[in-house]
Parts: sequence; C-alpha cells; structure tokens
Amino acid sequence: MDLVISISSGICLLLGSFICVSGSIGLLRFPDFYTRMHATSVTETSGVALILIGLMILSPDLLVFAKLVMILLLGLLIGPTTGHVLAKAAYHNGLKPKLTKSGNEQSSVPSSERGGDISKS
Amino acid sequence: MLLKDLFAVTMLLSIYGLLSATFFVAMDAVDVAFTEASVGAGISTLLLLVVISVTGRRERRVRHKPYAALFVVILTSMLLVFGTSDMPYFGSADAPIHNHVAPRYLNDSMQEINVPNIVTAVLASYRAFDTFGEVVVIFTAGIGVLALMSVSSKALSKSQPLNRPRGLYEQHLVIRIVAKTLFPFIFLFALYVQFHGDFGPGGGFQAGVIFAAAFILYAMLFGLDAATKVIKPAVIELLAALGVLLYGSVGIVTLLNGGNFFDYDYLLADPIAGQHLGILIIELGVGITVTCVMIMICFGFSLRRRAYEQKVAIRPKEGAV
Amino acid sequence: MFIGLANTWVAILLMMIGLYIVIAQGNLIKKIIGLTLFQTSVFIFYISMAKVEGGTAPIFSSDISIYSNPLPHALILTAIVVGISTTALALSLIVRIKEAYGTIEEEEIQGLDEEQD
Repeated sequence: MDLVISISSGICLLLGSFICVSGSIGLLRFPDFYTRMHATSVTETSGVALILIGLMILSPDLLVFAKLVMILLLGLLIGPTTGHVLAKAAYHNGLKPKLTKSGNEQSSVPSSERGGDISKS
Repeated sequence: MLLKDLFAVTMLLSIYGLLSATFFVAMDAVDVAFTEASVGAGISTLLLLVVISVTGRRERRVRHKPYAALFVVILTSMLLVFGTSDMPYFGSADAPIHNHVAPRYLNDSMQEINVPNIVTAVLASYRAFDTFGEVVVIFTAGIGVLALMSVSSKALSKSQPLNRPRGLYEQHLVIRIVAKTLFPFIFLFALYVQFHGDFGPGGGFQAGVIFAAAFILYAMLFGLDAATKVIKPAVIELLAALGVLLYGSVGIVTLLNGGNFFDYDYLLADPIAGQHLGILIIELGVGITVTCVMIMICFGFSLRRRAYEQKVAIRPKEGAV
Repeated sequence: MFIGLANTWVAILLMMIGLYIVIAQGNLIKKIIGLTLFQTSVFIFYISMAKVEGGTAPIFSSDISIYSNPLPHALILTAIVVGISTTALALSLIVRIKEAYGTIEEEEIQGLDEEQD
C-alpha cells in the first residue's frame, strides 16, 4: 500500500513539475502576449493542480488534506479569472495577437500594431 | 537602471517581494513571510501602481555618468564586507544573538504566557511597549497620508464624474462575480489569521493587511463610490484611532491594577488568563488600526487621483507650476 | 571557510543596489523603490541571523527542542508593516510634487526651482 501511495504521488509530482517547467519555457519562448498567457495559465491550473494532488496523496492527516483541497479550489477559481481579465484588458487596449506569417488573417492588422511586446501597446 | 518602464519595475519589485517571502519561510520565519507576502507582493505593488497612474509610466532620460555614485557604493560595500569578518557564521547556535534574551523567551514563555507561537508572545507580551510604538507610527503615517492626500469633498462631488467609458465597467462582469463569491472566504480567512495567531503564524498585522486587501479589492471592482458607501471614510478614520486607543487602554488598565505598563499578569486574577486576554485585545487593536490605515491610504490615493484627473480634464495643458 | 558569511554578503549586495538606485536615479519613484530594496536587505540580514542550524519555526511543540530565534522575527514583522506605511507617506509626497511641478524627475524640479529664484 505504501509503495502504491508513494509511486502515484511521485508520478503526480513529476508530471506537475514537468508542466510547470514547460510553462516557464513557454513564457520565455512564445512570441506574443496571448501565447505567453496560455503558457502561464497551463502552469497555474494543471501544473499546480497535479502538484497539489500529489501532496494530497501523501498528506498524513485530514487537516492537511482539507487545507490542500482549499488551496486547489482557490487556485482553480482564481487562475482562469486572472487569465481572462488580463487577456481581455490586453485586447481592449488594442494589443493584437501576433499571427503567423503564412496566415491570411494578418493582413487586417496594421503593421505598426503587430508587435508582440506588451510594452508597445 | 536599464528599465525605463516604471510599470515593469513595479512588477519586478512585486516578484522580489514574493521571492523574499519564500526565503523567509526557508529561514523559519513563517510570521514574517506571511506579512511580507501580503505587504510586499500585495499592498505595496498596488500603491505604486496607483501613484504611477498619476505620475506617468515612463521615466524621462539618463543625464550624466553615475561614476560618483558607483564610487560611493563600492567604497561603502568594501567597508561593510570588511566589517563582516568578525560576524558569526550562518546558522551557528553559539552566536551572540542566540545567547541573551532568546533562551529565556524560548524556555519560559510556555510557563509564563502559555502561547505556543513564541513570536506572538514576544511581539504582544514581552515587547508590547515596542509594538505599541510601531502601531502609533503606522497610525501617524496614516494621518500624514490623509493630510497630504485629502481632497475637499465639495470640489469632488459638485463636478461631474469622469466621462470614463461605460464599457470598461461592463468588462468586469466575470471578475466581479468571482470576487463576490470570494469575499466571505477572504473575511473568514482574515478572522482566522487574527484569532489563530496565538497557535500558528498570524496575528493582528497580517490579518489587518488581509482585511484591507478585501476592501481594496471591492473598491477596485465596484468603484470607489460603492466602497465608500459600504464603509464611510469618517468611520475608517475613527476606527483607526480606536484601535490605537484600545491598545493603549490595556496598558492603562494594567497600571491601574498595580502592575507595570502592559504587564498582563494583573489584568485578571489568574496571570495566564490575564496574558491570554491581554494578547487577544492588543492583537485586536493592532488588526483594527492596520486595516483602517491601509484602507485610508488606498482610498486617499484613489480620491486624489480622481481629483487630479478632473483638474487635468478641466484645464488641459496649463503647464507646470 | 568564508561561505558561512554568504548571507551577510547577499544582504550587503542588495543594500548597495538599493543605495545606488537612491543616489544615481533621478526619478523619484525609482528612488522609493531603491529605498524599499535597501529596507528588504535589512530584513533579510536580520532573518538570516535568526536561523539556527537544525532549528524549526518558533512555534512551540512538545517533540521539538531546537527553535530559531524568535526575537528578530518579532522585530521584522512590525518593521515590514511600518515600512509600507512610511513608503505610502513618501508616495503621497511624490503625488503632491507631481501636482505642484508637473514632473517627478529630480533635475527638472531643481531647474524649475532655480527659474523661480
């Protein structure tokens, strides 16, 4: 039983850490604001959720378990909300997504506004 | 230095605050980490953002070469590093700091005060006079901000509200609903932190900042007018003074009962119960004062900003001075 | 052998960065941020001094014998909240300066003052 618990929690923690690391790489490597938002949202929902579930499996008593559940619920409620608000604020302030060079949609975006950096908005 | 965008600088400072909070956890200072996370990453970022929205986001330019400043800084740091050669090593248990009053706090506080969180015992009982001074400093800073930022309410209410785009408010629908569901939990958590400070990390300072954060969140989402209807500025000012008064009056009661200033042993017949009552009351006083001062500061900044925007809107480009 | 002093050196480094910003930057908000950095370096210095090897957080429990020193924690806990209050006071002064002069760059304010004389 102990072996099952430690293996399953280890898998959850490893997956969560992998998602967090890939989210950080995405934050650095993605071209514009919206794709970076995507990277951080994935980190703060599924990455954090997996790590917390891994810790829940390991938790020694009910109090720690309940606290972790509260943190998970809070994170799942707040993470998507902040993502939504940030993306909406960026869009309403005229930050256009950076589209691929091969895509046809980019013709509608003026070239001056196409910069992906938020500081240019 | 390199960043000209003050918004980015503020965000970096916020991240720095959060990282230093995790450092404090690693150094076993859980109470301090709690405070730093709520203050350094929360309230201070908010204040800086409000001020930047008034003063402008861009820094102008770099003027001269900073060689003189660099020289001063390098000289000072060399002197300081030279001074560290006598310092005790990190983590050593026989450093002078661990050998004077700390053993007494660690060994005797359980018998004398019977509060498991020794930081709370030191803060609220052994060094209550010191903490009283800090609370008075916070109160004074709040009064100072009020004096500098106060706007005559006549000038503000007579003029029309800003012609801000209504669409901006309708955008906030999702976050408003989420925040509404969260408010009860924020208040519950703040109360837990306030009254659980004897047993775990927490206390009046942290709880006050969390309470204030809830009110400021409300003001940000529903507008300042709605927030001042919920809690009137006059009530906040009164409560801020009341918290300090509550704290000080505990000291007066101990004096009248024949003890020293803030000697809670004399509050009740049983010294331990007296200590518990004293810590509870002064933590409450601290919590009320910190909450009200933080709300006062944020409301003051927001009102001033609105008055400034109105002034700019009425008389555009009047020039400096 | 000097690695045991690394905590003080980190605090000194942060403190000097803060001091440099306060001296060399002309923007008043950046000066305040430098002052905040300076302040935090002192917090880090105090808290790292309080750490005892093998100790835990100073919350009493029957099966723990070594605790870190609670006294610096109590001092810094209040200092953080006092720090934000005084920072708010400084920021309100900056807002008043902006309203009076129209700028928060140190040299421009000095220039405006000299014009008036």
